[in-house]
Amino acid sequence: MSAKTANRVATAVIVLVAAFIVLLLAGLLGYIIFRGLGHISLDFLTSAPETIKAGGGIGPQLFNSLFLLVLTLIITIPLGLGAGIYMSQYAKPGRLTDSIRLVVEVLSSFPSIVVGLFGLLVIVNLFGFGFSLFSGALALTVFNLPLMVRITEQALAGVPREQKEASLALGLSRWKTITSVMMPISMPAIVTGTILASGRVFGEAAALLFTAGMSSPRLDFTDWNPLSPFSPLNPFRPAETLAVHIWKVNSEGLAPDAAEIAAGASAVLVIMVLLFNFTARWFGRVLYRKFTATK
Amino acid sequence: MDQWAVKQDGNKPNLIRKPSKQHIREEWVGRVYTALCILFLIVTIIAIVYFVASRGLSTFIKNGVSIGDLLTGLKWAPEGEPALFGALPFIFGSFSTSLLAALIAAPLGCCAAIFMTQIMPGAGRRYMQPVIELLAGIPSVVYGFVGLSVIVPMLRNIFPGQGIGLAAGALVLSVMILPTITTIATDALAALPSGLKEGSFALGATRWQTIYRIVLPTTLPALLTGVVLGMSRAFGEALAVQMVIGNAPHIPRSLFESTSTLTSVITLSMGNTITGSAHNNALWSLALILLAMTFIFVFIVRFLERRNKR
Amino acid sequence: MKKMLLVAVALMLTIGLAACGSSKENGTNNTGTNEGAQTNNSQGGGGNSGGKELSGSILAVGSTALQPLVDQVSKKFMEENAKVNILVQGGGSGTGLTQVSDGQAQIGNSDIFAEEKFTDDDAPKAKELVDHQVAVVAMATVVNKDITVDSLTKDQLVQIFTGKVTNWKEVGGPDEKITIVNRPASSGTRKTFEKYALGTKTEDLQGAIQEDSSGTVKKLVTETPGAIGYLAFSYLDDSVKTMKYDGVEAKEETVIDGSYPVWAYQHMYTKGEPDAAMKAFLDYMVSDSVQNADVVELGYIPVNKMQVTRDVEGNVTKK
Repeated sequence: MSAKTANRVATAVIVLVAAFIVLLLAGLLGYIIFRGLGHISLDFLTSAPETIKAGGGIGPQLFNSLFLLVLTLIITIPLGLGAGIYMSQYAKPGRLTDSIRLVVEVLSSFPSIVVGLFGLLVIVNLFGFGFSLFSGALALTVFNLPLMVRITEQALAGVPREQKEASLALGLSRWKTITSVMMPISMPAIVTGTILASGRVFGEAAALLFTAGMSSPRLDFTDWNPLSPFSPLNPFRPAETLAVHIWKVNSEGLAPDAAEIAAGASAVLVIMVLLFNFTARWFGRVLYRKFTATK
Repeated sequence: MDQWAVKQDGNKPNLIRKPSKQHIREEWVGRVYTALCILFLIVTIIAIVYFVASRGLSTFIKNGVSIGDLLTGLKWAPEGEPALFGALPFIFGSFSTSLLAALIAAPLGCCAAIFMTQIMPGAGRRYMQPVIELLAGIPSVVYGFVGLSVIVPMLRNIFPGQGIGLAAGALVLSVMILPTITTIATDALAALPSGLKEGSFALGATRWQTIYRIVLPTTLPALLTGVVLGMSRAFGEALAVQMVIGNAPHIPRSLFESTSTLTSVITLSMGNTITGSAHNNALWSLALILLAMTFIFVFIVRFLERRNKR
Repeated sequence: MKKMLLVAVALMLTIGLAACGSSKENGTNNTGTNEGAQTNNSQGGGGNSGGKELSGSILAVGSTALQPLVDQVSKKFMEENAKVNILVQGGGSGTGLTQVSDGQAQIGNSDIFAEEKFTDDDAPKAKELVDHQVAVVAMATVVNKDITVDSLTKDQLVQIFTGKVTNWKEVGGPDEKITIVNRPASSGTRKTFEKYALGTKTEDLQGAIQEDSSGTVKKLVTETPGAIGYLAFSYLDDSVKTMKYDGVEAKEETVIDGSYPVWAYQHMYTKGEPDAAMKAFLDYMVSDSVQNADVVELGYIPVNKMQVTRDVEGNVTKK
C-alpha cells in the first residue's frame, strides 16, 4: 500500500469514527428525547408525583433540582473564586503549592459515591443536618469546588499580562488589580465554565441519594418563608432531585406509568442540560462582546 | 504567573513609596480570604480521607479481617456463617470494566481529536466540540437507563448469555468517558507546535504519515493522561454501572456474565446494613479502596504530565 | 473590594446562622413533641379547639418497600393534624434502624425484625426499640412468561436457588437455562424469601444477577428468557408469570389464612415508647380507615386481617 492510499484510508477511517460519534450522540439524544417528549406537558412539569396512580408529575423534583443548584452555587462560587485566585495569583511555586494542586486534582476525581457516603457520615449524621437540601448542596460543593478553582485559575491566566502590569504600575494594590481589572476580563470564561459545571451538578444522583434524600415533603408553594418546614425555600428540608427521582421511579416505581415518567423525566433532564450548554455558549459570547467591545 | 508573584515580593513599587494603609488592608483582605478558601479545600479532603479511613480500617481492627484476605479473597459472603470478606471479584470487576471501557473509548477519542485538530479544524471545532461537551453533560442515571433499555437487550440478542454483565458495563462506561479522553487529546494535539507538522509536510510526508510518525508519538504522554483520567472516572462511576452489570460477587467466566464492581456493591448494600456492623464496615473498606485508587490514578497522571513536559 | 468582602462575609454569616437556626430547630422539635402535646392538652381543657391538637415533627427513615405507604398515610395524617410535620425518607432498612437507634430519626422503617439486623455486639440496641407492625408484605416467585411450569415445590426452589438445577427441563419445563435474578445478601426481601420459601440461606451463585430494586428485578425477569426471581405482590402484573408455591396460589387470601408462608411484617420502630404525636400517627397507621384503604390500595396486606401471627424466630401461631 503506497503512502497515498494509506493516507486516504486513514483519513476515511478517522472521518468515519468522528461521524460515528456524532451519530451516537444524535441517537442517544433522539432516543431519550423522543421517548420522553410524548409524556411532557405543562401538567407533567408542574404537578406532584403520584405513588400508585398514573398521571403523576415531576414539579417538586424540578424545583428541587434548580433550588439545589442555586444553593450549591451560593456556597461554591465565593469559595471557588477565592481558591482559584490564590492558586493563580498568590501561590508561590514550591512544594506547598504543588501539594495544594494535588489536593484539587484528587478532589475533582473522587468517586461521587465516596463523597455521598462521606456526606451521609459527616454532614447528615455527625453535623445533624439530616437528609436535606443543605447537606446535598455541601456534598455537591465537594465536586464543584475543584472545577470552579480550575475554571478561575485558567480564566485568570488568560488575562493579558500588560493589563495586569498597567494596573499595578498605576499604584493599585494587588487585590484591587485582581478584583477590578482582572476579574472583569476573565468573567466570560468564568461564567461559561460555571454554567457548564452546573449542568453536571444538575444530573448528579449517586451522592444525593445519601445526602439530600429520596423523598420530598408536601410543599406549600404559597409559603415563601424559608424557615417554615413546608416552604419550598427551606434549605433544611429533604429534597428529591430530578436525577434521584429517575433513579427511584426506575427502581421502585409502583405507578402504572412508571416507565413513561422515567422517560419523560430523563428527557426533561437532558433538555435542561442542553439548555445549560446553549446558555453557557450564548452568555459567554455576549459577555465577551461586552468586555472587549468587539462587534 | 508565578514569576510575577516572586518579582512582586518586596522590590517593585513598594520601594518607591510607602504603601498606603488602605493598600495594606486590601492586600490583607485578599490574602486572608483566598487563603481561607484554600484552607477549606484542604480541610475537606483531610476530613474525607479521615472519615472514610476510620470506618474502612475498622474492618481490620474491630472485625479482625486481615488486609490480605480482603484484597485477595474470592468469596464475598458478609452475612454468611462464617462471614467471608473477599473483595477480589469487585476489584477485578472495577479494573476490567474501566480498562475495557478505556480500550473502547481511547481509539474513538483519539480519532475524534485528530479529526478536530488535523483534518477539519473548522468544522471539527464548530460541530464536534459541542457534541463532545453534550456527551459529557448527559447525567449518569440517564446513561444507566439507556444502557438497561438498549444495550442490554441488544447484547442479549447478539451474544449468548443474559445481556447483563461485564460487556454491558464496559460499553456504557466507554460512552461516558469518551468526552474526557477526547477533550484532553484535542488540547494536546492543538498545543503541538505547528512547525513540527509543517516540517514533516515540507519533507513530503502525507497527512497520515505526519500524524502517525510525528504527531501521535510526540503527544503520547498527553493522550495517555486522558486515557488514565477516563479510567479513573469509569472506576468511580456507580449508578449507571450498577444498573447493567448484574452484581454477582464473582469473577465472571465470560464477558457476558454478571459481575460486580466496588461501586456497585456499595450502592447495592450500603442502605441495607446497620452502621457499625461487620458488613457495613466491609463496605467502607471498599470505599477506602476506591479512595486509594483515586490517589493512584492522580499520581499516574502527574507522572505522565511530568514526562510530557520533559 | 469592600463589596466583595461584604458579600463574602454576608454569605458566611447567612450560612452560619442558617446552620445554627436549623440545629436549634431540630433540638426543639425533638423535645417539642412532648411539650406541644402537653400544652395542647391544657388548651383542649379550655374547650377552644374541640379535642386536643397534636404538634411535633417526626422523621421516619428506612425501608424503601414501606416508604410509599408511610408517605401516603403521613400526608393524610397531616391534613387532619396540621401542626404535625412528618418527613418520610427511604435509604434502606439498615439506615432506618441505625438512625432511629442513634436518635437521628424518630421512626425507623424496616422490612425485617430489628433483632435480625442488630446481631452480635449490637444485639442490645434492638432491645431499646419498640416494634409497631403496620402491614404485611408477601412475596411471590415469578418467572419469565416463556416458562410453562405453573408450580414449584420448596425442594425445587431450593435446588434452583442453590444452583443444583440449572435447566428448566429438570423441573418439568422447556429446555432452557435458568437465569436467577436474586437480591443482594443484605436485602430484607431476600432474607424473607430464604427464611420462609427456601428454609435455608443460599450463596451468591456465579452468573446470577442481583438487583436491589423491585422495578429492575421485574424488568429483567420480563425480558430475560428463562429468568426466575421474586417480587412483592404489589409489583405483580401480566408482564411476568406468578408461580404457585407447593401448589398454593400466591394471593392475599392464602396469605391471610396462613397457607402461603412467604410473607413478612413491615415494621415501624421507635426508640422507647412513642410520644403523643408519634403514637397518634402509629395508631392511625393501624386504624381501619388506613388498613382497609391505603394498605390494600398500595398492594400490602392489612396486618389486622391476618389469621396467623409470627414471632422473630418464625414460629407461626393461629390467632
